[in-house]
Amino acid sequence: MDHAFSSANHAVVKHTQLQQKLKTHLAAMGFIAPSAIFLGVFVFYPLVKTVYYSMFLTNALGQPVKFIGLSNYGTLLQDKFFMKSLLTTFIFVFMVTLLTTVSALALAMVTSKHLKGTTLFRTFFASTMGVSVSVASVLWLFIFQPTTGVSDMVLNLLHLPPIHWLTDNTWSLFAVILTVVWMNLGFSFLALTGALENVATPLYEVADIEGVTTWHKFYHITLPQISPTLFFVGTVTMINAFQTFGQVDLLTKGGPNNSTNLIVYQIYKDAFVNLNVGKASTESIVLALLIALVTIAQFKLTEKRVMYQ
Amino acid sequence: MIITSNEKIWRYVLMIGLSLVLLIPLIVGVWVSLLPNNAILTGHYFTSQFTIDNYIQAITATPILRYLLNSLLVSAIVMVGQVVFSVLAAYAFVFIPFKGKQIIFYAFIGTMMLPFESQLIPNFQTLRWLGILNNYAALAIPFFASAFGTFLLRQTFMQVPLALRESAAIEGVGHFRFLYHAVIPYAKTSLFTLAAYSFLTTWNMYLWPLITSYSDNVRTAQIGLRQLQATEAVNSWGLIMASAILIMVPSLVVLLLSQRAFKSGLLDGAVK
Repeated sequence: MDHAFSSANHAVVKHTQLQQKLKTHLAAMGFIAPSAIFLGVFVFYPLVKTVYYSMFLTNALGQPVKFIGLSNYGTLLQDKFFMKSLLTTFIFVFMVTLLTTVSALALAMVTSKHLKGTTLFRTFFASTMGVSVSVASVLWLFIFQPTTGVSDMVLNLLHLPPIHWLTDNTWSLFAVILTVVWMNLGFSFLALTGALENVATPLYEVADIEGVTTWHKFYHITLPQISPTLFFVGTVTMINAFQTFGQVDLLTKGGPNNSTNLIVYQIYKDAFVNLNVGKASTESIVLALLIALVTIAQFKLTEKRVMYQ
Repeated sequence: MIITSNEKIWRYVLMIGLSLVLLIPLIVGVWVSLLPNNAILTGHYFTSQFTIDNYIQAITATPILRYLLNSLLVSAIVMVGQVVFSVLAAYAFVFIPFKGKQIIFYAFIGTMMLPFESQLIPNFQTLRWLGILNNYAALAIPFFASAFGTFLLRQTFMQVPLALRESAAIEGVGHFRFLYHAVIPYAKTSLFTLAAYSFLTTWNMYLWPLITSYSDNVRTAQIGLRQLQATEAVNSWGLIMASAILIMVPSLVVLLLSQRAFKSGLLDGAVK
């Protein structure tokens, strides 16, 4: 009797436990479903579809016509225009990342001591964060424009010859770099300012007592302490730089002579002007792989090299 | 730490000098927007004949106000969508135990690594198939789910003791009540950060609205400015600059309002 009762009891407990579990799972699904469904439809599905397109010849309507495996990738590697675009992108990304990180750090160091008015200057330095791609491009377009542009007026005052920023292909890429770096500075400056404030003051005090030089302090105390943020800023800048589009569209349209034809501009042209979806998809996957590579490399480097507090 | 007066002087010199260099594009933009057109055309920038004609012209003769309204609505819709979707998903990841949680979480986080360009063409086709190109829906719907937002909020929600949820569950408090009364009040800063972040990101979008909106009653401010720059004669710089300044105002306001939240919320979540 006793035994039978306990067993029945056990079954009831087990049943309610199962019910409970089921209920929990349903609740979890309900909470996650909106995000999961939308990520599925607008991120995972299109990603798979892009990979799929990259293995096809497509017609002008963007429909796949003939499966060609990885041929699109082989063709791209031999495509001089694409390889030039890729090289331009690499130079661009390298310069933007280097210039943004170094100048943002310099700005953060300049405002690192709490003097009267520091907050105001910090607001000034961070202000480019509120400037969008198209506004920044229009502002710089006016500076770069020939004759009545600000750049030429200043050069004229200094008795220097004018620079044809947007029409001379030795300067055009630098003009786009300048615009992008200027835009990036606000965010990077703010991030590095935060990092500098978190460096423990006692470390500096000890260094001061020991009579360590400023350079030594920077190299042995500041830099290791802020290196996680420095890496973070560098990676974010790099990934964004790979995806630069609007500045090219507004300033140069990829010209002159393709000198500013960055990869995303090429993708845009192939997809929506030349209507070559197969090629554009292949280029997009190349871009995705490059960005994945940067992210993974950064992750590994951070784990290995960067000192955490 | 002692700051010598020498150091003070060079710091101020640098701060003032660098501010001027950095702010030149903005100062020039505002300045030119206030000049009469003939002064700009002839390059006579140093005049005291300031005027607000360019702003009046921009508001009355171009669809700039409509562009701004479009951007405002689209950014607000995405902001609400992202916050709601992210709150729900982050809550489940932190407070509800379920099978496959880790795999699903990594799948979410993995999407942060993917550039939007690798989804551009199929997304365009999906919206064309749905028949909602050139519509607010096309500008907003693809961005409702945000891996970044989910991650940011998950980090914050994890600071709420799990025991609190367990004892609440014993007392029969449901998930929504717990979320509303315990989690959300705790995570206000992060929610505010995410809201400002998604508003600004949407406000600044360029490539997607460029290919999905093509009439004035849908076009966002960013693409509207491109449109004005392309169609208004190259010589109405005053008008273009006035429009640019008008477009900048809302994002500056949002930024100033959220500055503190940004500094603590975003950086804490991202760096550590």
